[in-house]
Amino acid sequence: MTEIAFAFRCVLSSVLIGTTLAAAGEIPMSERRSGYDMMSADTKAMQDDDTANPASLWVLEGETLWSTKTTNNKSCADCHGDTAQSMKGIAARYPAFDTKLNKPIDLGQRINLCRAEHQNATPFAPESRELLALTAFVARQSRGSPIVQDDPKMQPAIAAGRALFEQRLGQLNLSCAQCHDDNWGKQLAGSTIPQAHPTGYPIYRLEWQSLGSLQRRLRNCLFGQRTELYAFDAPEMIALEAFLMWRARGMPMDAPGVRP
Amino acid sequence: MAKPLINVPAKAKRGEVIEIKTLISHVMETGFRHSNIGEFLPRDIITQLVCHYNGEEIFRADLFPAIAANPFITFHTVATESGMLTFEWTGDNGFSATGQANIAVVD
Amino acid sequence: MDQSRRELLTGAAAFAGGLLLVSARPADATPASMQAAIRNMLGDVEIGKGKVSLDIAPLVENGNAVPMTVAVESPMTATNYVKAIHVFNEKNPKPNVISIHLGPRAGKASISTRIRLADSQRVVAIAQMNDGSVWSDEVNVIVTLAACVEGL
Repeated sequence: MTEIAFAFRCVLSSVLIGTTLAAAGEIPMSERRSGYDMMSADTKAMQDDDTANPASLWVLEGETLWSTKTTNNKSCADCHGDTAQSMKGIAARYPAFDTKLNKPIDLGQRINLCRAEHQNATPFAPESRELLALTAFVARQSRGSPIVQDDPKMQPAIAAGRALFEQRLGQLNLSCAQCHDDNWGKQLAGSTIPQAHPTGYPIYRLEWQSLGSLQRRLRNCLFGQRTELYAFDAPEMIALEAFLMWRARGMPMDAPGVRP
Repeated sequence: MAKPLINVPAKAKRGEVIEIKTLISHVMETGFRHSNIGEFLPRDIITQLVCHYNGEEIFRADLFPAIAANPFITFHTVATESGMLTFEWTGDNGFSATGQANIAVVD
Repeated sequence: MDQSRRELLTGAAAFAGGLLLVSARPADATPASMQAAIRNMLGDVEIGKGKVSLDIAPLVENGNAVPMTVAVESPMTATNYVKAIHVFNEKNPKPNVISIHLGPRAGKASISTRIRLADSQRVVAIAQMNDGSVWSDEVNVIVTLAACVEGL
């Protein structure tokens, strides 16, 4: 490489780095708003009334599954007792670091690990009705609990998630941060861009006409960026989940939410 | 089969108008769509919800594909006497689901 | 910043492109076919304006589940009551939305549900009274769809 070409490259990369840094405008803690706050009155009402919230159907199913005994005659309830006590605030702390696996896992993976280790049962597939139902039932117990992401062992995953969040991706060369840090509150087509705080997962998304996990939502965003989708439960997925929960630390859970 | 969610006040005064809310799991596939891989998705919807109050029909709804997935329907009735409200959803492909709720009516 | 904005706009255009693809589903019901469906259901009757109130937000976030309430002014007595409430739309593939059959035991002629709207359009609610008279209300609804639509 000639010296001129090298100098040109240096200038080019500093320009690129400059724009990347400029794009990473973190939202001050006091200005954070959940997606709920940006919804129409109708959609808020749909979430607030348990008898109208379609996610209640999954919560009800999850409640049944929770006390269903598997082949070794064990149910979730046999170990965990009264969910209102034992599961309060649990969903607000996931993803969490699993010392046995020596890696972070999200709530769905935790439920499946329990099935394998304690219930002698096969894991539920990602996004299966059963897994969403159990996740919704557990997450429901955390309504109002503040999101916590303070385990030092989670730091590498949070850092990796942040890097992914700020990384330009796909055919649109667009990062998560460009929408959700820099342009929240503005319109993208007919929709208001939210700040992307995962307070309500699993959510009943009107677009899906169904309940879905944060991973499914992330895959939708990746598709919008015209990039390759991470597989369900891929390390990138868990890292992004961990970063988003850290970014939303202290905000109250409102799961299972309704979102447009 | 998922249980429907039925909300009826457990107790009401005689003559009081009460609100009844129902929610049930169903895809309500319209019959106008194709899957991601281009397969035609045939219509699969709930076509009717009927409610009886102590055996007498008090409400009937005919549903079309324009009703959202996981149908939510609310209506009213006069609390006339203590007893049971029964609900029956029927639809395409032999779909059938039932639910019930008790009500105590006081003077 | 300028660059990032320009790219975001490009992105928005591409997202909007995706939107067009998704909303290109058969939108067969037309104002004429809605009128035909109404005549088919009610016969050749005179439809008065009033007594019915159709409550839908004029701007909805997603056409997949639009909350809707229809209330009809009526004493709901044995001699003066609402027999049926029908809801129609003009741009979904089919004009019928829901038909409700009720009687004096309802106490109050007011029902709610959630409906699908494939596009911005007019929605009409019609009430049939026991005396044979027919009343209606209509609302023009603008439907905006979520931008990041389902890919897989």
